[in-house]
Amino acid sequence: MNERINRLRTRSLAAVPSLSDERARLLTRFFKSGVARTAAVPVQRAMAFAAIMENKTIYIGPDELIVGERGPVPKATPTYPEVCIHSQQDLNMISGREKVAFAVDDSVRDVYREEIIPFWQGHSIREKLFSHLPEAWKDAYAAGIFTEFQEQRSPGHTACGDKIYRKGFLDLKAEIREAVDRLDFFGDRDAMDKKNQLEAMAIAADGIIAFAGRHADALAQMAESASDPDRKAELMQMAAICRRVPAHAPQTFWEALQAYWFVHVGVITELNPWDAFNPGRLDQHLYPFYRKDLADGRLTRERAKELLCAFWIKFNNHPSPPKTGVTAKESNTYVDFALINIGGVTANGGDAVNDLSYLILDVIEEMRLLQPSSMVQLSKKNPDRFIKRALKIVKTGFGQPSIFNTDAIVQELVRQGKTVEDAREGGASGCVEAGAFGREAYFLTGYFNMPKLLELTLNNGVDPMSGNQLGPATGNPSRFQRFEDLFDAWTRQLNHFIDIKIHGNNIIEQINARHMPVPFLSLLIDDCIATGRDYNAGGARYNTSYIQGVGLGSITDALTALKEHVFERKTITMDGFLTILKENFTGYDDFRRQLLDDTPKYGNDDDAADDIMQMVFEAYYHAVNDRPNTRGGVHRVNLLPTTCHVYFGSVIGALPDGRRAGIALSEGISPVQGADRNGPTAVIRSAAKIDHIRTGGTLLNQKFLPQVLADDTGITKLAQLVRTYFRMDGHHIQFNVVDGETLKQAKRNPDDYRDLIVRVAGYSDYFVDLTEDLQDEIIRRTEHEVF
Amino acid sequence: MTEGTIFKIKKYALHDGPGIRTTVFLKGCPLSCRWCHNPEGIDPRPQTIWRRTSSGRIDETVGTVMGVDALINAIEKDVLFYDESGGGVTFSGGEPLSQPHFLEALLASCNHREIHAALDTSGFAPTAVLDRIIPRLQLILFDLKIMDDRQHQRYTGVSNRIILENLQRIAGSRTPVRIRIPLIPGISDGDDNIGKILRFAGTLETIQGVDLLPFHRIGSEKYRRLGMTDLTAETLLPGSERVAAIQTRFESAGFAVSIGG
Repeated sequence: MNERINRLRTRSLAAVPSLSDERARLLTRFFKSGVARTAAVPVQRAMAFAAIMENKTIYIGPDELIVGERGPVPKATPTYPEVCIHSQQDLNMISGREKVAFAVDDSVRDVYREEIIPFWQGHSIREKLFSHLPEAWKDAYAAGIFTEFQEQRSPGHTACGDKIYRKGFLDLKAEIREAVDRLDFFGDRDAMDKKNQLEAMAIAADGIIAFAGRHADALAQMAESASDPDRKAELMQMAAICRRVPAHAPQTFWEALQAYWFVHVGVITELNPWDAFNPGRLDQHLYPFYRKDLADGRLTRERAKELLCAFWIKFNNHPSPPKTGVTAKESNTYVDFALINIGGVTANGGDAVNDLSYLILDVIEEMRLLQPSSMVQLSKKNPDRFIKRALKIVKTGFGQPSIFNTDAIVQELVRQGKTVEDAREGGASGCVEAGAFGREAYFLTGYFNMPKLLELTLNNGVDPMSGNQLGPATGNPSRFQRFEDLFDAWTRQLNHFIDIKIHGNNIIEQINARHMPVPFLSLLIDDCIATGRDYNAGGARYNTSYIQGVGLGSITDALTALKEHVFERKTITMDGFLTILKENFTGYDDFRRQLLDDTPKYGNDDDAADDIMQMVFEAYYHAVNDRPNTRGGVHRVNLLPTTCHVYFGSVIGALPDGRRAGIALSEGISPVQGADRNGPTAVIRSAAKIDHIRTGGTLLNQKFLPQVLADDTGITKLAQLVRTYFRMDGHHIQFNVVDGETLKQAKRNPDDYRDLIVRVAGYSDYFVDLTEDLQDEIIRRTEHEVF
Repeated sequence: MTEGTIFKIKKYALHDGPGIRTTVFLKGCPLSCRWCHNPEGIDPRPQTIWRRTSSGRIDETVGTVMGVDALINAIEKDVLFYDESGGGVTFSGGEPLSQPHFLEALLASCNHREIHAALDTSGFAPTAVLDRIIPRLQLILFDLKIMDDRQHQRYTGVSNRIILENLQRIAGSRTPVRIRIPLIPGISDGDDNIGKILRFAGTLETIQGVDLLPFHRIGSEKYRRLGMTDLTAETLLPGSERVAAIQTRFESAGFAVSIGG
């Protein structure tokens, strides 16, 4: 990287995450002013958005080439009191906690005490949710059966399509006018709601144009006083760019990047939905601009790379807004999950890898930043050179890019009813979630604790943590004659709690649809303008809700152990086993040894375990799949954990696979940590026994020692390993290439390893920022050593 | 049904031939190479090996008697990996040729299933055995250790006469061969031995390449766990400069060389 990028990068790395009260203050003052008192809800929200964009601090840092910050300075992170109010205790906790902390100024505490809390108390979405959710939901949530993504954050999970590169916001406003003109006030009883919604979108469009204009003014002013003639010219050029985009469609590579960035800041200022926002197929969107600018002599490859680096650093300036409680436990990270996609196929099914794909891989390798996350889409149509280039970055050991199977993603999306073109223009966002970019609102609603339900099953519906009858009484386990009786009881618990979760989801969706529309985000996603409906209210072309299953490996191994030892080999009675679990294996080392060493485990290509994994998957799939949501779409399954497998493990006692109480569960579809003993091909074969095509994403984590990838042959064979998994329809695989000794040292001497980035689960994080539980869990994950 | 004794099935084996492979280790070896890193492969019978766990030492058995069908099914599992990578199965040991009927039946089945099959061998076997096996192989990894017969007997327990004859015989067949040379400091890595190997290999036509296998201590823990004496406990690891110098000698003689196979 050149010196300018090095300076920008260093500044971004050194910036300390802090809490900013600016957005909360502007929002509160806007609503206090009463100007929007009588307006429809979407119009109120749009006016509030515009007021923030017109009044927030404009930050333009030295050396910057791409401008726009969510907060007043880099890593100053706003809050969203209309969604979730932070109490004084919350603020103390957020600033005082050891991991993922934010500095909180005394002035912020004062503003919160005097202005923010008194105004919003009782009116936040979080409070609304809890007042409407049934008691059964609250009890299950408290017991750690499931989590809830929308409890402190607005629904999100979407990625940008190519619209903003073809159309400016003035063009979108023209579309809005046409849509208003088309409204049928004679036959459509929702016509007035649609008019309000469309007018709100137009106001939001004005808000972002004003925000860009303010940058143009500030840049022009800076240019006037700049002494360095080069920087002066640059600032003038940047001012011109901000005058054009995003009001008009971008015409150059630089304008395209700046246009996206303004849009990104707009989305994360409006509400910062879960997973922020995402440029999606960046190499595809930018390539026409890149090629044209190179041909016209307006751009060099070096300059394109510099602009991309500057763009990358902007993501790193934007930590995920602070989370507390269960939300912090399930997703304990600064990462806000913007996942840039490279490669894959074009809308008409051709190989999408281009020169820019490789240039972006260079940028990923040099930037080595926590954010944005990056991935490569690998189709059978992409050349091996592409995957090998990506693996050479993986080999450097910072967990990026992760690798996705385009051909599987397309099949998954088509199976869900998307057109093949929309599917091909999609990809994966967040951790591993398949979506039709620019056209789908796919809400992740929460993680679901599959192994906890076994604990309930083994206690006839009672949660041993609390002693409460949490689930249905599914029978005294000692009376189960066959394994099938046990499995049926588990399935009944599963269906019971999935019902409770979906009941909650449908309440929460409606609360957000009615009270928390997102007119700005709606401008970006088809077909919100055409249908006059909000993104949060079913305006997108596709509307999916996910419940993410957690602990597939753990539940499989636990059920397998019971089947083997109680029902088949009869090495122990159910009562005997339950006593041992109650004792957390204390005094039963030999039996635990038998469980660990002499019992089939998922991840070894052993059908004795993998058949049970398939039963679990089918039960989960049938409990969730096709259940309607309230936005005209349905629920689907996916299998990923972020950091939730640690939290879910903490609420479960000993499990029959030999896992002691409180230890982390398996993550994603990976085997239980240390249970896979036959190398990566066996793990892949086991994992491929899931029908990935019926999911919306699965997450498989593999840890390799660096020596496996030391030479080109090692890289080639790893590429072939990936290709084979994808031939079996595997959705995603990611590699941690760090040796265990390094991790142990990093745990002991965190100060020496501040820059060590590791793959957690669907994203990367600084190792030293992880909780001790998670650090241990990553150290335990199997290292595939090959010699 | 034909049965044999194996002591390990290693999947995702990367250094025993082309592509992604499964290496099957057959138990039993007539040699007793002083540097052997698979000492559990020498005795043809299953034997006891201990393992340390958090709850103390436990005894396990190393060596399993398996039928051809069961073993082929285990090999077949990774067939898509072989297809994708141009890999297959490698029979190693021990000395696979010391279970000739078992090996032949396995290879017949591999041939039938179009699975690329390689043999990792010391070459110490009756010529008649070799003649039956060679046509069923797509690749032979042939160990060439020490050219001086007296030294060979001293360090491996057997004469190298039949080994060298067999190598010449294989080189006359169409089956490609890679020569594997263990570099054991003070035993096989001297200029004299390397020079002799070079001259001998130069006369053979089907040599595809040379794998240099620098001595390592991965096996030393296994000697203790088997209750055997590790005779190379004092042997130093070869220096990387020495390995590089040997590599250069082979390369300048026109051989493709890999380190570590």
